[in-house]
This record gives sequence, structure tokens and C-alpha cells, in this order.
Amino acid sequence: MQVRVRALETVLAEKGYIDPAALDLIVEAYETKIGPHNGAQVVAKAWVDPAFKQRLLADASAAVGSLGHVSRVGDHLIAVENTDRVHNMVVCTLCSCYPWEVLGLPPVWYKSAPYRSRAVKDPRGVLTDFGVALPKDTEIRVWDSTAETRFLVLPMRPASTEGWSEERLASLVTRDSMIGTGLPKRPQDGVA
Amino acid sequence: MNGVHDMGGMDGFGKVEPEANEPVFHSAWEARVMAMNRALGATGEWNIDMSRFSLESLRPDVYLASSYYRKWFLGLERRLLERDLIAEDEIASGHALRAGKPLKRKFTTADIGRVLTRGSYGRPATAPARFKPGDRVRARNINPTTHTRLPRYVRGHTGIVERVQGCHVFPDTAAIGKGEHPQWLYTVCFDARELWGDDADPTVTVSVEAFEPYLESA
Repeated sequence: MQVRVRALETVLAEKGYIDPAALDLIVEAYETKIGPHNGAQVVAKAWVDPAFKQRLLADASAAVGSLGHVSRVGDHLIAVENTDRVHNMVVCTLCSCYPWEVLGLPPVWYKSAPYRSRAVKDPRGVLTDFGVALPKDTEIRVWDSTAETRFLVLPMRPASTEGWSEERLASLVTRDSMIGTGLPKRPQDGVA
Repeated sequence: MNGVHDMGGMDGFGKVEPEANEPVFHSAWEARVMAMNRALGATGEWNIDMSRFSLESLRPDVYLASSYYRKWFLGLERRLLERDLIAEDEIASGHALRAGKPLKRKFTTADIGRVLTRGSYGRPATAPARFKPGDRVRARNINPTTHTRLPRYVRGHTGIVERVQGCHVFPDTAAIGKGEHPQWLYTVCFDARELWGDDADPTVTVSVEAFEPYLESA
């Protein structure tokens, strides 16, 4: 593939369709600036700031946009909140729609046939693949991203984190916890 | 189209295998393919629905056997060839053999901010919304051979409108160059037992984002 891709890029550059320097900048942005740390910052802020959380759940595009991330947010970001009773999980069965602005590029498993096929039929089984076991009576809500709306899961704040700073809390927020296939790390997991 | 891309509810693909400490790209070419897609997408030569349709139109065996970025590469090649922006002999030689055509918009380093931001697909409403939250609706049994965003696994099934998401570009027409025809978009929630039968997990509900033409009152 390396050879084929380089050949196509050469053709496109010689024809004046692309500027390789512009491609470099796009790659650099996704490698260094746009990633799940953006979403983690959003989640941590929602955990400590009830007014922000309210704004996030009412209009996530506006709330996240106010934080000034590198990749500005599109019009249709929606935050969905996990509670003691409801667990949210996001998928795109038709392709791989994903909230790039807050989570960066999607991981391979999110784009894979096993996840896209099973998330809507056997979400508990999928969670097992991730080592997550929820109580039997927890409602599981799967969001299939079949349009240009994008979903960000707001996970539950881990116990024993009272008084933690936003920055420290953000270190507990994993990418998978914002897709709904994982839970945030706990203080006893020894990360902060 | 009823293609292999419409995977919801299929069996046999096995376990999900998360990769610990996954890198952003697994090879340098993946990054170039991603960036070429973003840069050329910003020229206005095609829209996002046309991009998706070109991937769905890959042969099913190719689709299933290809990684995400290989599909992106093959779809990009297809779109460039279809529009005569490049030719087969140029792909084979790895060099431009003819001058490029003028693009609708030129994409340069000054436009980076534009591709890092998601486009806007909301449009002013041209008619009142037909449904409201709480309404019972059935996903129509439609089977277009062209692009649609109504997955097979909900067709014919009854759900509840949960949210009204505003009026959006209609992918079914935008993907085939027939215009944006904005439509109301709804989050429609289905009980897993409605979708998968009585043995399904009663604690599971699944929603899709459904455009108004996909739905009828139930």
C-alpha cells in the first residue's frame, strides 16, 4: 500500500490538486493536537461544574465550542449521560462515524466488523470483550450514529475523587469511557 | 443499498479486539490517505455522502477484506477516476500525464482550520416537522439500490421518537448528485425485543438517527 499511496499522492500533487505540505499539517494535527484528551477535558469539567454539565447536555456543540479546542466542533455534537441506571454506548453500524473533534481518529476496533455488527444486537457481549460487566438491571442504550449527529458519552465520576482538580480528574477519563465501551479509571487504579 | 457495509445485527465476525496503546496510525501511508481524503473533500468535488457511497460500492469481498484506510484509498481512487480528475494510466505510471483540471475550490495550507472542523449539515426547515418526541413511528421497508442511511435492521420495526434533531441535508439524494433536499431528522428508539425477538435482552434499547422520509406513523 505504501507504494500505491505514494504514487497517487505524486499524481495528485503534480496535477496541482493537493499540496503535500498541507497534508503534513493535517496529519500533524491528528497526531498531536486532536485526540481523546480533548474529550477528557470536557468530561472532567462537567464533573466539577454543574452549570457546564447542564449546558453540555443541553447543547454539546455550544458547550464544547466554548472551550476553544484546536478542532472546532461541528453543529451536532450530543452528550449522553451515564447514571446508576443507564449506560450509553455509541456505534456507527453503516460506516464509522465518530466525534473526531473530541476523541480524535477512531480506533481500529470501532471501525471493525465485529463491533459494528454486534454493538446493536449484543451490547453486553461486546462490553464483555472490553472486560466491562454491568449490573444485570442496568439499562443499556445504544446510539447508532446514522446521520451527521455525533455522540459523546459522559461517564459517571469515579468514587473517592472529591476535591480533585479538573486536570487530575481528566487523567481518569479514558477514550473508551467516552464511547461507552469502557468505564473511567478509578483512583485505586493508580494513574493519578 | 443493501450492501455488506450495513452490518448491524450480523453474526459471525467474532470478538471485538481492542488494541492496547493503539497508535493514531499503524503505517505512514494511512496518514497520507486520511489527509488526502480530507484535503480533496475540502475542494468541493464531492460531498461526504458521495464519499460514503463510493466505499459502500466497493465489491463486497474487497470491502470485507480491506482495512479502513485501504477502503478510504480505494474509494478515493474511484471518485477521482469517475470524475476524470485522474486516469488509469497515471495511476499505473505514478505521475501526471496530463494537466490537472480546475477544482471547484483549491485547498492550501491556509485552509487547514476548515478541514479540522466538521462541516455543517443543518439547513433551514422548509416544512413543519411531521413527528414529535413520544410519537410511535415505523421505519419504512425501503430498499433503494443507491445510498441510504436507514440500516436494514430497523426497517419495518416500530420505535418511539425521542429527539427532533432539526433539518439536515438528506444523504439519499446528496449522495447521487440530486441535491440536498433537507429533511427533518429524528432520534428513534427501539426496544431490543422489537428488533431481535422475544429472547433479546429486555434492558437494551437501540436508537438510530432517521430522516423523516424513512418513517411513517405507527
